[in-house]
Amino acid sequence: MADIAATEAPAAALPGEADKGTLRLHRAIMIGIAIALVIAPFVAYPVFVMKVLCFALFALAFNLLLGYGGLLSFGHAAYFGMASYVCAFTAKNWGLTPELAILLGTAVSGGLGLVFGALAIRRQGIYFAMITLALAQMVYFFSLQTPRFTGGEDGIQAVPRGHLFGLINLADDRTLYWLVAAIFMAGLLAIYRIIHSPFGQVCKAIRDNEPRAISLGYRANQYKLAVFVLSASLAGLAGSTKAIVFQLASLTDVHWSMSGEVVLMTLVGGLGTVFGPIAGAIVIVSMQNYLAGLGAWVTVVQGVIFVICVMTFREGLVGVISKWIRKPL
Amino acid sequence: MFELLGVPPQALFGQVLLGLINGSFYAILSLGLAVIFGLLNIINFTHGAQYMMGAFVAWMCLNYLGINYWVALLLAPLVVGATGIAIERLLLKRIAHVDHLYGLLLTFGLALIIQGLFRNEFGSSGLPYQIPAELRGGVNLGFMFLPWYRGWVVVASLVVCLATWFLIEKTRLGAYLRAATENPTLTQAFGINVPLLVTLTYGFGVALAGFAGVLAAPIYSVNPNMGADLIIVVFAVVVIGGMGSILGAIVTGFSLGLVEGLTKVFYPEASATVIFIIMVLVLLVRPAGLFGRAA
Amino acid sequence: MKLKTFLTTTAFAALMAAPALAQQISIKAGVLNDRSGLYADLSGEGSVIAARMAVEDFKAAEKGIKVEIVSADHQNKPDVGSTIARTWYDQDGVDLILDVPTSSVALAVNQITREKNKIHINSGAASSDLTGKACSPNTVHWTYDTYALAQGTGGAMVKAGGDSWYFLTADYAFGHALERDTAAIVTKNGGKVVGAVRTPFPGTDFSSFLLQAQASKAKVIGLANAGGDTINSIKQAGEFGIVAGGQKLAGLLVFLTDVHSLGLATAQGLVLTESFYWDTNDQTRAWADRFAKANGGKKPTMVQAGVYSGMLHYLKAVEAAKSKDSAAVMAKMKEMPTDDPLFGKGSVRVDGRKMHDMYLFEVKKPAESKGPWDYYKQVSVLPAAQAFRPLAESECPLVKK
Repeated sequence: MADIAATEAPAAALPGEADKGTLRLHRAIMIGIAIALVIAPFVAYPVFVMKVLCFALFALAFNLLLGYGGLLSFGHAAYFGMASYVCAFTAKNWGLTPELAILLGTAVSGGLGLVFGALAIRRQGIYFAMITLALAQMVYFFSLQTPRFTGGEDGIQAVPRGHLFGLINLADDRTLYWLVAAIFMAGLLAIYRIIHSPFGQVCKAIRDNEPRAISLGYRANQYKLAVFVLSASLAGLAGSTKAIVFQLASLTDVHWSMSGEVVLMTLVGGLGTVFGPIAGAIVIVSMQNYLAGLGAWVTVVQGVIFVICVMTFREGLVGVISKWIRKPL
Repeated sequence: MFELLGVPPQALFGQVLLGLINGSFYAILSLGLAVIFGLLNIINFTHGAQYMMGAFVAWMCLNYLGINYWVALLLAPLVVGATGIAIERLLLKRIAHVDHLYGLLLTFGLALIIQGLFRNEFGSSGLPYQIPAELRGGVNLGFMFLPWYRGWVVVASLVVCLATWFLIEKTRLGAYLRAATENPTLTQAFGINVPLLVTLTYGFGVALAGFAGVLAAPIYSVNPNMGADLIIVVFAVVVIGGMGSILGAIVTGFSLGLVEGLTKVFYPEASATVIFIIMVLVLLVRPAGLFGRAA
Repeated sequence: MKLKTFLTTTAFAALMAAPALAQQISIKAGVLNDRSGLYADLSGEGSVIAARMAVEDFKAAEKGIKVEIVSADHQNKPDVGSTIARTWYDQDGVDLILDVPTSSVALAVNQITREKNKIHINSGAASSDLTGKACSPNTVHWTYDTYALAQGTGGAMVKAGGDSWYFLTADYAFGHALERDTAAIVTKNGGKVVGAVRTPFPGTDFSSFLLQAQASKAKVIGLANAGGDTINSIKQAGEFGIVAGGQKLAGLLVFLTDVHSLGLATAQGLVLTESFYWDTNDQTRAWADRFAKANGGKKPTMVQAGVYSGMLHYLKAVEAAKSKDSAAVMAKMKEMPTDDPLFGKGSVRVDGRKMHDMYLFEVKKPAESKGPWDYYKQVSVLPAAQAFRPLAESECPLVKK
């Protein structure tokens, strides 16, 4: 049974017992994040911040599945990458406006998630991880072998950023930033809402004790599939946005190392915490940025972080803070 | 009859044989994964990196110490197995009590470290390793030219696979092992040192990967990335076979190699994906895998 | 010609001498390549060394040009490469980016360089699109491209009697492009293509494809792949006795470091095209010796030599333009003939294509080799005008027809 999150992270409070303090704290954090988003482009390089935001949203989506569905997917790159291809392709070749291209990418990922999810949830735990990995590898080969759609190893380059709603020119980094920040915030709020909805509560119940949830009359598989599709769609949203930001969709986005990276971000930030993946994404993306000159050592450093996190730091950054202040984060 | 879908039977036999050769690698690797999974309940993501280490140890033996292929074939699995024992004792043991998915994450991290270190040291373009003199050349079978070395790969891996099967299913040590798989606590109560058994099992499974690495060194380039992509295919093989039985892992490995070989003749574009497609089909029909016991 | 160049440069130098000290030009050059992956050996740190040697040889400091060289690893990923390129241009004041192997990354950097109006001198990438469909007024493609490789290996092999071809094509866009270009040359020269098989990419086992190639009885097996795929296919071809059986292997993209990694025993007899080989003349040998000293004994590849040569020409253009303004420098680069000890005389065409001769090499037998890195014997020279795609056939919008 995949109780990976349940054993380590402090269980999120149920709505009934959620004390006002926790809610107030979460609201304060949300406002804090919003303020940070407003300040960020003025103190840091906007393209870098946008990259962090895309990956943070990706990690949040992944964590929705792992932390609250109890399912460790090792193939989330498939949804991220497929959406980024669809978004880039439609924006470039069909001339769709960015918001439509992003939505279409997200929808396609959701559809892919529905198919793959239906297959993968037939097995649990380690098998689930291997199946998602193998399915994602199939998507990778598909992308490699259909250059007409994906541009093969060259990827889809020079994707136009276009005009939002056909009106606002996104060519300027600052202008685009506000769109990305808005998408991120919307994604974060949506995930927060899902986790704290009755649906989210049932998912957690299934994660913690599936037979019990089934005996209570919940159709566990349908809930699992639903959370899988939600997670895949949100990963797709992140991937589509990334395609617009970097004007590029490439094989990197569908490769298994991308799936590994998102696991790492979530692990560093804290599995099963609401805000952990954001912290994890900031840490890992900055690390990649600053260590880029080190070449192969980046892989080694990532591996070491993996090992350290698993051995001694399973709660992750936010998990530790959460334990410390004794409030779920 | 003699022209099957436009492919002459000679070519077909050739491809079947080549498929078996690739299947040998799948079989040894998935066997190692199955042995480890049986007792430790973890999926060893480091397996690909350990396969690569086997090839590199053979290369280092030859180039630094002048040790030839045949000795390396024994030595490299021991060295790789020893590093595996160290990993089990130092790391895996300490997380045995938490969710087994952490084992997957840990071994994934280890794979990144090992591959990164080798890439730093040896570069990525690969190193040459010659086929041992005794096995150079080949024999003309009429329908194809079979290099001796390829034939040797099939024989060697069959022997190793069957020996492993015999060890686990027919010997006293194997009986302990199976007992510990079923119920570690009870087995321990009977005075069997289960933690030692676990350590040795991991070492053994890893040594199998190292052995496959040495076998691969003369035909594939000795390269830090050689195991990274292979391991994902082997995962699919394991999902198809189900990890319940040793024999299942062996049979699945060989037969999927065969299927892949045939795909290369009839529709080469799909040969990279055919195993994954089979995996999807098997999941639809038999979620527990062909040889797996239903959970 | 040479005298004239010499005179003009000295004249410029003389003119520059006085104001040079007063208004110093400082340049930041970024060497962006693979420092950890498949192409780390053929570009990597070696390209940085080459760029530094160009700055030394140009005596930039004495001419009032201050050059700083930065480097980064793009990991062969277009998104990593484009992030670095953007950051370099936007944040770090980098003026030009050099090297950039891997076509996908090169195309991305090409695009960004154009947007930001900087300069990109590509040495490592193969795609002929860089001076074709995707050509840019800000990019020079220095060392080689798929068209030249196909011309060299394809054309020369057919002339040497290898008139029937079978392709082992890595199943991705680059492999397809190599196959297409080479097949066209082969047919144009009167040869024929008897078949092709698409191999999964990246692949480890090529034996069944090699058997199919063997069964085709083609005289030449064209390897339309790169890196590890090429190495594995050559290795396994040796195992199945393909070269011994009389068929020839033609490597469509093979570098010196690949041959080094294969070993002569396996690679012997392989025919390939490159634009630079260290053991060509006294000048290249002298330069390669200096390079090897700085690079742990490893001799330079054509990509690294191209970085040197490109950097040198850029510095000459900056000196001539007396500014680092991208448009002015590019104009000078295209206007002035190129000349350096490694590639000899050449020019930069309007589409950004650097023109020089290409060479067809055959890999030596172990007995012919005098020692490490003594790998090639020259088969023929392909004049620049034949090696590269003629402007008349160009798809580049910069070319006025």
